[in-house]
Amino acid sequence: MSAQLGRRALLQGALVLAFSLGVEEAATQGKGGAKGNKGGKEGEGGKGGKAGGKGGLPGDLARNPQLDAWLRIGADGKVTLQVGKVELGQGALTALGQICADELDVDLARLTIVSGDTRVCPNEGTTTGSQSMSEGGTAVRHAAAEVRALLLSMASAQLKVPAERLTVNDGTVAERGARAGRVGGAGGAGGAGGAGTGAVTYWSLVGGKALNREAQGGVALKAVEARRYIGKAVPRRDLPAKITGEEIFVQDLRPASFVHGRVVRAPSYGATLVEADEAGVARMPGVLKVVRDGDFLGVIAGKEWQAVKAAVALRHSARWRETAALPVDPYAWLVAQPAEEVVIQEVARGGGEAPVRTVEATYRRPYQMHASIGPSCAVAAWDGAALTVHTHSQSVFATAQAIARMLGLAADKVRAVHMNGSGCYGHNGADDAAADAALLARALPGRAVRVQWSREDEHAQEPYGSAMVMKARAGVDANGDVLDWSYDLWSTTHNTRPGGHPGNLLPGRSLAKPFAQPAPRASRPPNFSADRNAIPLYAFPGQKVTTHFVSAMPLRVSAHRSLGAYANVFALESFVDELAHAAKVDPVAFRLRQMRDARATAVIEAAAERFGWGKAREGREAGHGRGIGFARYKNVGSYCAVCLEVVVDPGSLAVKVTRAVVAVEAGEVVNPDGLANQIEGGVIQALSWSLKEAVKHDGARIVSRDWSSYPILTFSEVPPVEVAILDKPGQPFLGAGEAAQGPTAAALANAVFEACGLRARELPLTPARLGALRQEAGPVK
Amino acid sequence: MAFTLNVNGKPQVVEAEEDTPLLYVLRDELGLNGAKYGCGVGQCGACTVLSDGVPLRSCFVPAASLTARKITTLEGLRGADGKLHALQQAFLAEQAGQCGYCIPGMIMAAAALLGVKARPSEAEIRAALDANLCRCGSHNRIVRAIQRAAQEMGT
Repeated sequence: MSAQLGRRALLQGALVLAFSLGVEEAATQGKGGAKGNKGGKEGEGGKGGKAGGKGGLPGDLARNPQLDAWLRIGADGKVTLQVGKVELGQGALTALGQICADELDVDLARLTIVSGDTRVCPNEGTTTGSQSMSEGGTAVRHAAAEVRALLLSMASAQLKVPAERLTVNDGTVAERGARAGRVGGAGGAGGAGGAGTGAVTYWSLVGGKALNREAQGGVALKAVEARRYIGKAVPRRDLPAKITGEEIFVQDLRPASFVHGRVVRAPSYGATLVEADEAGVARMPGVLKVVRDGDFLGVIAGKEWQAVKAAVALRHSARWRETAALPVDPYAWLVAQPAEEVVIQEVARGGGEAPVRTVEATYRRPYQMHASIGPSCAVAAWDGAALTVHTHSQSVFATAQAIARMLGLAADKVRAVHMNGSGCYGHNGADDAAADAALLARALPGRAVRVQWSREDEHAQEPYGSAMVMKARAGVDANGDVLDWSYDLWSTTHNTRPGGHPGNLLPGRSLAKPFAQPAPRASRPPNFSADRNAIPLYAFPGQKVTTHFVSAMPLRVSAHRSLGAYANVFALESFVDELAHAAKVDPVAFRLRQMRDARATAVIEAAAERFGWGKAREGREAGHGRGIGFARYKNVGSYCAVCLEVVVDPGSLAVKVTRAVVAVEAGEVVNPDGLANQIEGGVIQALSWSLKEAVKHDGARIVSRDWSSYPILTFSEVPPVEVAILDKPGQPFLGAGEAAQGPTAAALANAVFEACGLRARELPLTPARLGALRQEAGPVK
Repeated sequence: MAFTLNVNGKPQVVEAEEDTPLLYVLRDELGLNGAKYGCGVGQCGACTVLSDGVPLRSCFVPAASLTARKITTLEGLRGADGKLHALQQAFLAEQAGQCGYCIPGMIMAAAALLGVKARPSEAEIRAALDANLCRCGSHNRIVRAIQRAAQEMGT
């Protein structure tokens, strides 16, 4: 680690210095015990430099120092944790609850969590970048510890016992050794003061009043051995409602007097609406209103099926002027574009031997979808003065702001409230649906308007993960080890999230007075974006990494789980594998001998051992192959190594993955089952991307409009996935929600190579792609 | 038009246009959230319910064509006393799900499978659920949950 920081500091100037300090700071902070793994997905890491912040307060506490923003203790014994991070199915709220209950010293069952309500929750930005634990978890932890300390000092004054002699049991404070037991029972009440002799409850101390106190920092955190919840596989708090059909998804929200809205989308990007039979559709059964504003076309009806039929009729009647010109070969297009070139890593090798050989390879990643199973949905209501929108957005605060600006309202007139949605894995249609609902609701005051996107809307309109081209070159020594590493990547942006700007909302760009989409900007360390994980973790002596950032975007693009890390790790770890084979060295041994990061080494070794990598190659049948891929997510997050075994059918060249073994180290683990779930899911999703997925389009339109034109992995194709967790109690939480994406893609390509000798450098690895490679390779030797 | 459906063991008079798919009747007229809208064309399985014990994609079959059938939704799996069905308990025990949006459809497809085969093999479970899509990658946990439920129900 220190070698690495040194190398970076040497060469990278101010930006890199900031990066290094960020890492140091995280490590220091962790001593008290910040941590957090799993958590948010994808993530552009909105806050840039982060770390420090106001007064050095940790995590999201820095910009939300008021303790009342985080915790409320009711007179009735109910404790409410308020967070700006939201549940995406990643288990964030369960883990945040564990942290809070431990640090505050209350039973988990006593805790209610309110999440993503812009009116009451602390603004924690966007739930992205695997930062729900590292930023959100750290903030909750410190906020809860400060509140506990505050309550202890109040109790000390009331009981006339020094705080050091007090203990807390589920919110009841008593003198150590005294047999105060719990007061008021689990349900809470206990009534004011009723704590028996020598004991007092949090709720009697606070009595439902605000604490009116800013966090000061520096409060001692709970010792590892005193924790009840952190580190335990506490069951997900949202799952019972989901398996019984309770109203937990925004799709399930049906307020009194609600009506159904649908929006008719342009057939291709940027098409303008020439005409539509608004009057005819307005006369259809149940139709309450047809809404048109420029190219924005929607309909509201009393019943859902009436809305669906009216939208179909409206769509069939609509004539559009289409102008889109999509690049048929996105890779040729990318490298031909004017681009902003940013050298993100440059380390000169100080003399020494010249390379004996230079190798080069180019890799490609197509446009790929989030492809949520449930299309986006939102429910909005306008009372003539203010708007409330229920949404599954990952960025409730910035989306509320963008909607306010779109509607010409003051920011405080739009309230966004998060509810669960279908898994998003990044920026899908959630925010656009919220904006759709807002526009329709404003056209029909007093009614809640529920907008449900269709499957085709979601497939064709969502922002995709950007296509990318990655070119790697290495000068190697006589042993085949890397002396000089050079890497170039070409990509469009990976972030067009709302960010408070209506031009980033699909309907915002369609209005008669349209909002222009802001020009995308290249990203910055430490989170990076297109170039996330483009800098190798290996100790290659000479390094140069260049981002070619293309600001045009013919296809709509934004944050897709792990951003550029998926493609960069695929390229980097495929290329390292090619170098290993060229050197005739075992791929695991080749990696280890060029790795100087002990935690990385431990993870690679753990995966290889659990997988049984060392078993003789001769023992395996023809057509079988093993592959490994490794990365430390963002080079500052979780360490993850994936080993796969595949069988490639010699005739059809169909690839079947037969098993996956993963080792992950995410610092201190808050919830081991939550972490395992994220990793298992990440591997399976990345296999789906890497085996099957590429957005199809022609010169004007998106062609992938349903599950048959954009198939994903199914049950019979999913391999068993085994996850080994290397827990590091006392270390900072490291984000893990996206850690498996890149390593999985590389492990797959590497396994396929070992199985059939075909080196696939373009995703996905379909039989057609492998067939073309076989054709190129000529007759079998 | 008004017609009567048998949903979760109870006759229900509903008022809907005759081509209205069952999904919208269940959700909007009867307030049942179990069946989810996923694709509207029977490709993903999120809307799966049982029709006389057989899995049915409720998103595109008109409700009015099902008046002679016994429809069971996720909500109908629970016992009269509110006790969770063995499948629901098993999905919790295995923590089978991430976002959870596809899970009701998975549970209904599994209920249909266990209705015809008490102890399916892993391969049979995967085959039976192959047209139910999950994006979070919870497949293996779902398979384990169904195996667990089969075991619980068989003993």
